[in-house]
Amino acid sequence: MDSAVEGVAIPSRLRPLNGIKVEVAGQPEASGCGSTGGSGKSSCGSSDGQDDMPAEIWEKVKNHPCYSEEAHHHYARMHVAVAPACNIQCNYCNRKYDCSNESRPGVVSQKLTPDQAVKKVLAVASEIPQMTVLGIAGPGDALANPAKTFETFRRLQEEAPDIKLCLSTNGLALPDYVDEIAKYNVDHVTITINMVDPAVGEKIYPWIFYDHRRIYGREAAQILTDRQMLGLEMLTARGILTKINSVLIPGINDEHLYEVNRAVKARGAFLHNIMPLISEPEHGTVFGLTGQRGPTAQELKDVQDACMGGANLMRHCRQCRADAVGLLGEDRSDEFTLDQIEQMDVVYDIEKRRAYQEKVEAERQAQHAAKQGALGEQSADDGMKVLVAVATTGGGKVNQHFGHADEFQIYEVTASSTTFIGHRRVDLYCQGGFGEDEQLPSIVNAINDCHAVLVSKIGACPRDELKAAGIEPVEEFAHEFIEKAALTWFANYRERVAKGEIVHISRGDAAIRQGAFKAA
Amino acid sequence: MAYKIVASQCTGCSACEPECPNQAIYEKNGVFFIKPEKCTECIGYFDEAQCVAACPVDKTCIIDTSYPRYQAA
Ligand code: SF4
Ligand code: SF4
Ligand code: SF4
Repeated sequence: MDSAVEGVAIPSRLRPLNGIKVEVAGQPEASGCGSTGGSGKSSCGSSDGQDDMPAEIWEKVKNHPCYSEEAHHHYARMHVAVAPACNIQCNYCNRKYDCSNESRPGVVSQKLTPDQAVKKVLAVASEIPQMTVLGIAGPGDALANPAKTFETFRRLQEEAPDIKLCLSTNGLALPDYVDEIAKYNVDHVTITINMVDPAVGEKIYPWIFYDHRRIYGREAAQILTDRQMLGLEMLTARGILTKINSVLIPGINDEHLYEVNRAVKARGAFLHNIMPLISEPEHGTVFGLTGQRGPTAQELKDVQDACMGGANLMRHCRQCRADAVGLLGEDRSDEFTLDQIEQMDVVYDIEKRRAYQEKVEAERQAQHAAKQGALGEQSADDGMKVLVAVATTGGGKVNQHFGHADEFQIYEVTASSTTFIGHRRVDLYCQGGFGEDEQLPSIVNAINDCHAVLVSKIGACPRDELKAAGIEPVEEFAHEFIEKAALTWFANYRERVAKGEIVHISRGDAAIRQGAFKAA
Repeated sequence: MAYKIVASQCTGCSACEPECPNQAIYEKNGVFFIKPEKCTECIGYFDEAQCVAACPVDKTCIIDTSYPRYQAA
């Protein structure tokens, strides 16, 4: 695969991004992308993003909720499940459910025909003017269903030309469809690449269906990786942005993902999203049944950290469902079932959408300016760093009640910087006003590597239990900007350590929540 | 003989349908079926029965022994 880059003219704007900033002072607006990435900016494309990204790429991604750590607060994406077939088998996938490369395992999306999909997109876009991105990511492989995928794109391009299109693929069929993709103005393609070495690949992919044959083992993995690399190069040569997804499988590709990162960076990928394997016996996958475990939060962070400075890393992926609708971390698909869409009278008003988006853009600029203003002087860095969990509903502020949080944003804080490193999903503590005490241990597990949790409010009972677990609940920064709050809390923490009031100890690892996510 | 699809195992993924050289495969209520009179077992087209090779669920596309073996003309 090393020959890959040769002979392919890579437009200069798509050359691998060098000099990606790793240290981020307070930039990460992170929130949104949830996870944006770790390096704050780098990953999600970042809030202020331009400075570590060529201007043209920034232009393309800044309003993409999956790529820009800031955009996902303001813009929504949706997926339509028009692509049920797949042409490979992954050991972490049970084909009764949606493609695990793009969704959490164990979820089933409502399959749509291209006609139903177009209707649904128009209905959602009229209802939710922030909806700017339409993706086809399953429930199988977008390019194993070329007729359905491209029929959907063709019609949407005609009927809703302001909506951006993207698709996800395992890459096997990609080289055959790059020209087709280029026709439809699909400017974002996600390829799931878990390996660049067939010796690793044969442990992940038992077989592929290629050239009218079922091919097994190492030969299958060799073909898959060759096709993935070729497809990536071809997209890059045509100026189509590519994001790479990798599933981190401990003991199989954890160390190898560094090589994957370099390989995809060399071929022009602009974003690399490393996500945890989610594996439970009840999903009925090969890995689930063989007891292959997923990574802990620390293992995931270690690999992400090792890959920083390669292709831009993205840490906000929430592995949402193939028919998700809404802002990242939110799913309104229940409001748009087939039956409901049939009842709707849809008038696609592109002007109204444009006006709304302009308003959003203005608000976003204002918010950005306010946040920069809130960040004052920062003290010198001495290398001490901790993680803090933040409960937020968006807007870059600490503004959510502990009991209402179904996920926490995790920031790494030093004396002078805050870096968004990811999301942790939890089961709601508060249901109908009463705290669920059974839920608390699972929340503690999910943020067990954090020193503090910043919330707008917290009840007495969970407060005591968090304290007992060694996690400091902090309410005093309610409605302040996250970066400012985290830095101020940490300065105060360091003072208390210096005075001997508390002892600084490192925290343990945390668990990644398993099971299907239904962003209710 | 022709191939048939074990309906209870079919996920309805449609992977087999476009691969059939004889357009023998069709969908009904989310599950796929093979028209035995159209199926040539892929003889004359491919070395492997395409529906078998493409299907993600083992032993879902199987030989239907109630039909005689296909004879190439
Ligand atoms: S590419 Fe997706 S649908 Fe296909 S086997 Fe892999 S995880 Fe499953
Ligand atoms: S065996 Fe070949 S001809 Fe028969 S149904 Fe399967 S794909 Fe079609
Ligand atoms: S490939 Fe198998 S599971 Fe998929 S539709 Fe055909 S018979 Fe059903």
